Amino acid sequence: MRVNRQEVQRVALLARLELSDAETDELVAHFDTILAYMDKLSELDTDRVEPLAHAVDVKTGDPDRSTGKRGFPTLAGRLRDDQVATRADANAMLQNAPQRQADFLKVPKIIE
Amino acid sequence: MAMNLSRLTIHQARALLHSRELSAQELTRAILERIRATDGTLHSYITVDEMQALAQAEAADRSLAGPQPPPPLCGIPIAIKDSILTKGLRSTAGSKILEHFIPPYDASVTRQLKDAGAVIIGKVNCDEFGMGSSNENSAYGPTRNPWDVSRVPGGSSGGSAACVAADQALAALGTDTGGSIRLPASFCGVVGLKPSYGRVSRFGVVAYASSLDQVGPLTKDMRDCATLLQVIAGHDPRESTSVDLPVPDYQAALERGVQGLRVGIPKEYFVEGVQPEVERAVRHAIEELEALGAEPVSISLPHTDYAVAAYYIIATAEASSNLARYDGVKYGYRAEQATDLTEMYHRTRAQGFGPEVKRRIMLGTYALSAGYYDAYYLKAQKVRQLIRQDFLDAFERCDIIATPTAPTTAFQIGEKVTDPLTMYLSDAFTIAVNLAGLPGLSVLCGFDAKGLPISLQLIGQAFGEETLLRAGYAYEQATAWYTTKPPIT
Repeated sequence: MRVNRQEVQRVALLARLELSDAETDELVAHFDTILAYMDKLSELDTDRVEPLAHAVDVKTGDPDRSTGKRGFPTLAGRLRDDQVATRADANAMLQNAPQRQADFLKVPKIIE
Repeated sequence: MAMNLSRLTIHQARALLHSRELSAQELTRAILERIRATDGTLHSYITVDEMQALAQAEAADRSLAGPQPPPPLCGIPIAIKDSILTKGLRSTAGSKILEHFIPPYDASVTRQLKDAGAVIIGKVNCDEFGMGSSNENSAYGPTRNPWDVSRVPGGSSGGSAACVAADQALAALGTDTGGSIRLPASFCGVVGLKPSYGRVSRFGVVAYASSLDQVGPLTKDMRDCATLLQVIAGHDPRESTSVDLPVPDYQAALERGVQGLRVGIPKEYFVEGVQPEVERAVRHAIEELEALGAEPVSISLPHTDYAVAAYYIIATAEASSNLARYDGVKYGYRAEQATDLTEMYHRTRAQGFGPEVKRRIMLGTYALSAGYYDAYYLKAQKVRQLIRQDFLDAFERCDIIATPTAPTTAFQIGEKVTDPLTMYLSDAFTIAVNLAGLPGLSVLCGFDAKGLPISLQLIGQAFGEETLLRAGYAYEQATAWYTTKPPIT
């Protein structure tokens, strides 16, 4: 077994998910098969490969790559100045709140 | 009118609307009638917005009668995947956690459709947060395949594909993170396009995996696909990953033909595990393209076999972060019985999310957690680089790539639900396209012995949608598979 019940419970705490005993057992089994499948990635030598977080190049500012030699665009230089603008109205947003009081979101007491 | 109005394509309906042989209200009522007659069986829709749709149709009729030329989708009934926000119209993303969520604003693509005069018929079913390949992960029950209602429509945009196949809308929008437009398009026999990453704004689209998600059209034919893409493509100042490149005239691209077009055939996509009828139909489709003037080229995409593993690490990692926002505080479901904040988070998420969403959040959290990050997440990002490089190398030798969209035709409802890994492998041929940020188009190219649709996937270079549409249109017009309709009545 790659990941035991305790490990699954540890991850569930990080993910803020309450799991039943049955769900925990099922996840132990699923982690086992899925992680075994992921292992195939270790067949590849990637020591000299740069990780790719985004298909659109977010790093380079080289204008030649703005459309890319091979067509890949870049997002470099895309930051704009801050501007004041009005978006969706506050009341429409607050209508989706699970609990509200006047113009505030209401939550359980945090500090004793 | 005697004709079957719900069967019209966008371009056919537009001609009739513009010549005033048909009114937008007649067309919208015909679609609403079709939904009433068939959706008890298919369950494509989560919410039908009859009142607003009729009001929009009335406005469209006024516009059509006016002196100005009407906008491109004036009076055309279109369905929108429920993970795309529609102002004032419930948007659940297929999740119980958003069961009562009324968006205070429109997604940019929704606004673009409205500005183009479209009639928004309603919101269509999908796997919860786009996580699934069969539509069985919707909290609102599965959509059924119009070609065989005991089978899945594919996912996650299953409602989008089924509603177009069954004439419950003239076209639909879906989203595609690892194949969620193309797989259901294939299983339901409609046209489905996942645009290049950055071509279409994701503003107001419920996030699953942000570096992979993209909105695209599902339509009855290629001309409609070009029309819909034209409306939604382009830079959006509200979406920092949308790319500021000129939007070409996609209609004009359609009729350019495939003379001299080099079509790459990657050997890794014609392997054991592909249903023999699928391989035959796709090879036949490539021969058809060759007969039309295209040049087939054998190519290799050597890291294909690693795409599913890399994807299910990257996508789940991004999902675990994106879905942290569902905490029961600002919007969405909140568990009632909680006494403190931590308990509220834990219970809200336990009760609000379905099993597949929990599984992916857990996998992603694990892959990002201390001690595992390098082994899983970083490794997957490096493999993603190799996969993109495969495509860059291949496009030195060809203009587009042709593969099957899916290894099989539509499977039975319930067949794969207990085995997540087998379900994940349904996306084996679509996933690499998202990892590389490329456009992918699914085109109907035949039927298996059971009468289920088989589709060809055409993969293009980044921002090369024109070339895909051009090849797709040439093939479609030469073969006319798309004129066959599913048996649902």
